[in-house]
Amino acid sequence: MNASVVIFYILSACILGAGLLAVTAKKIFRSAIFLLFSLIGIAGLFFWMGVEFIAAVQIIIYAGGIVVLIIFSIFLTQKSGDEMPGPVKNRILFSALAVILGFAFTYNLIRENKFTGNGQRPFDVSVSQIGTQMLSTKEHGYVLPFEVVSILLLAAMIGCIVIAMKSKSAVKANEI
Amino acid sequence: MNEITITHILFVSTALFFIGVYGLFTRRNMITVLMSVELILNSVNINFVAFNKYLYPEKLDGVFFAIFVITIAAAEAAVAIAIIINLYRSHHSIDVEDASELKY
Repeated sequence: MNASVVIFYILSACILGAGLLAVTAKKIFRSAIFLLFSLIGIAGLFFWMGVEFIAAVQIIIYAGGIVVLIIFSIFLTQKSGDEMPGPVKNRILFSALAVILGFAFTYNLIRENKFTGNGQRPFDVSVSQIGTQMLSTKEHGYVLPFEVVSILLLAAMIGCIVIAMKSKSAVKANEI
Repeated sequence: MNEITITHILFVSTALFFIGVYGLFTRRNMITVLMSVELILNSVNINFVAFNKYLYPEKLDGVFFAIFVITIAAAEAAVAIAIIINLYRSHHSIDVEDASELKY
């Protein structure tokens, strides 16, 4: 049992523990903070797997962007110190049952499966390699999905502005 | 036990996925539902990178899919939060039980 194995177990415990607390915490603000810890744990797992670029992107976008956005929307929509009304007891029972059965079924499939990959070769993901392949127009190039995703981001940006904008009639009703 | 194989990583990502599904089933507040969706998307990302690293280390496709999933998750979170805030303006509540106009 070397250091790498120990680090993996610590990271997994952090991810799963914080994730479990994020979906069961009574106060919504605590839930957001536990989500943050879980996401940082996942970034650590990416570092552990040797994909530094994805780990950095994960920290920047999830920990820096989405969690802050969620915390802002919590402050805008409710009193963050209040306890949320808990779920119905029946619903806890049946969803826990469904989740445990689903997990057991899926993990059984994974455990039985013999993964036959060539994992002994070195896994080299330098940023320059990712950038070159992302913008190449040749075979295995990803320039088309890249452009499509940039259009999607533009559409999401405009969509957010349109949705969050107050309509003219609402503004007039407020003035009167 | 002494070596981490792909099965260990898939155990973590499967457990995270079902934790997210549990949150999706039991939570009633829309922001917490959104948090559960983020957990689910993250477990998918772990899967993509793990398969890429352990089964096809000479390719980079899993890494690209992880990048695109992260991008789309960011766009989705932004749009969802805009919708939630707009709903709060008109209903003064973001409980999923209160938004039932489209139900019948």
